Amino acid sequence: MSETAAPLVEVTGLTKRYGDTLAVNGVDLTVRPGEVYGFLGPNGAGKTTTLRILTGLIAPTSGTVRVLGGAPGQAQVLARTGSMIESPAFYPYLSGLDNLRLLAEYAEVPRARIHEVLALVDLTDRARDRFSTYSLGMKQRLGVAAALLKDPELVILDEPTNGLDPAGMRDMRRLIRELGADGRTVLLSSHLLGEVQQICDRVGIISEGKMVAEHNVEELRGQQELVIRAAPRESARSVLTEALGADTVHLYDDTLRVKVAPDRAAEVNRVLVEAGIAVSELRSTERALEDVFFELTTTQPEEKADVG
Amino acid sequence: MLGSYRAELLKLRKRSAVWVLFGAGLVLSLVFGYLLPYLGYATGDDNQQTSGVPRAQVLRGLLPERVLDNTIGGFPVFAGALALVLGAIVVGGEYTWGTLKTILTQKPGRGAMLAGQLLGLLTMLAVWVLGTFVACALCSVGIAAAENAPMSWPGAVDILQALAGGWLVLTMWCLAGVVLAVAFRNVALPIGLGVVWILGVEALLAGVVSSLLPALEFLSDAMPGANAGALVFSVTGMIAADAPPGVRDAVSGERALLTLLGYTLVFALLAAVTTRRRDVV
Ligand SMILES: Nc1ncnc2c1ncn2[C@@H]1O[C@H](COP(=O)(O)OP(=O)(O)O)[C@@H](O)[C@H]1O
Ligand SMILES: [Mg+2]
Repeated sequence: MSETAAPLVEVTGLTKRYGDTLAVNGVDLTVRPGEVYGFLGPNGAGKTTTLRILTGLIAPTSGTVRVLGGAPGQAQVLARTGSMIESPAFYPYLSGLDNLRLLAEYAEVPRARIHEVLALVDLTDRARDRFSTYSLGMKQRLGVAAALLKDPELVILDEPTNGLDPAGMRDMRRLIRELGADGRTVLLSSHLLGEVQQICDRVGIISEGKMVAEHNVEELRGQQELVIRAAPRESARSVLTEALGADTVHLYDDTLRVKVAPDRAAEVNRVLVEAGIAVSELRSTERALEDVFFELTTTQPEEKADVG
Repeated sequence: MLGSYRAELLKLRKRSAVWVLFGAGLVLSLVFGYLLPYLGYATGDDNQQTSGVPRAQVLRGLLPERVLDNTIGGFPVFAGALALVLGAIVVGGEYTWGTLKTILTQKPGRGAMLAGQLLGLLTMLAVWVLGTFVACALCSVGIAAAENAPMSWPGAVDILQALAGGWLVLTMWCLAGVVLAVAFRNVALPIGLGVVWILGVEALLAGVVSSLLPALEFLSDAMPGANAGALVFSVTGMIAADAPPGVRDAVSGERALLTLLGYTLVFALLAAVTTRRRDVV
């Protein structure tokens, strides 16, 4: 991934108003070639509205949007973009195969591609059944297959794991990671922090129509801590301070908190054990990212008052 | 655009509702055009259905000579209503299923998508008209053979003119369904409104105008149904006494043709402009 290459998606000051509702309010967003970008925000934050604008389905109220160097919705832009916006919508009376056939006609891609994408999402066996008989998971997978028909450089997926059972979620996430590993650029929206953390390289957080933060997922991980219960506590603290630096270690309630990435837990454990300290608990603070998320996406009462 | 057209044909071809509508149109044409009149003819001259009409005249209406009357006579009202339903379910379905976004994010522009859709509908309506003509022709041949009656056909030009006229009538009503579906982004409401218009309002208006408000005749004569009826009346050269409901010489054939073309064009433009400009949500 190159930081200097021209961004595939470049959004500045994007605003969309529906009557009195300001669905998107001055959003800036940049998606770079080859990255898997997580567009994270609670329900109603404006994710779908933004993605609809990126695919040319709706017109922005104001702001500039460039997708693959062109205006959203242009034929040559759409030809290189595959997307699934909100719930997958297909003709219920047609089979999955026929649905893809007619989309291939619209997209002007060769028929052979249909079988490739069916295999990619593991729907080959059920391709001849009517869409109306599909489970939600199969419908979502057909949606992803349709998004991949054009073999696109940019894949836009709007909450593709919504409504799936855990196994379905796992498969969908694996598929998205594979798309990213193939060198495709993926813009994935989600309201699930863990999902974005698992799949994405970078994450933009949107709340009430505004972008509140944009981070590398690695950076966010770096903000995580290890929680340690060890005895004697004071010697544990001095051993860790010596090994990791004074800034990294602090005392919180009756636990030690160490600001290191969770994957260094084994190393921390070894340091303590070698110093003859009994470690009764060592875990990463799963909540740290959630905390960041809630902090950023929950409007404080006084801010609300300002907004009116 | 060719891709959009092929996609539309696939959707239409595989949709059973489309064939149910065609089937209903065909059954109506055959039952009211041939079956009932022939039963009336065959069961004697004191029958209710033939009262006042000489049997020989009833038979003449069933022979190949009058095949065009029976093919397109029902188009201004009954088949027209079915064509309107077709337009409404095809275009309204894209809204209720949300498939519009699925199509538009693939690639075709909105104009190309709608053009493919309208061409697909025109193709299906042409199949409908030809299918009805062939079925009616077969019935008339059967009756002529059974009754030992002459088998003389209308001229080729008359046939083409009548089939084209019927096609235009169905197209106009179908596009009315399309434009209502685009306006309401829905299926049920356009069907309800359209069918009430065709089967009720037009006849009511014509009745009120002719009996109470002759000064408003210009208004009733500008209605789509009145012009559809007038075009069919003109291209078939029907006798007024034989004409089915809605078919009468409200205006001249030329004027009816131009008015119907006008309606068709306006409906298509309205649908196109609205589809192109509006947010797809
Ligand atoms: N077509 C619409 N008309 C009016 N309001 C809408 C429409 N679409 C979305 N909204 C509003 O815009 C806001 C953002 O919605 P959306 O983009 O769907 O959020 P998300 O996808 O993040 O859940 C919500 O308050 C929603 O109610
Ligand atoms: Mg959404």
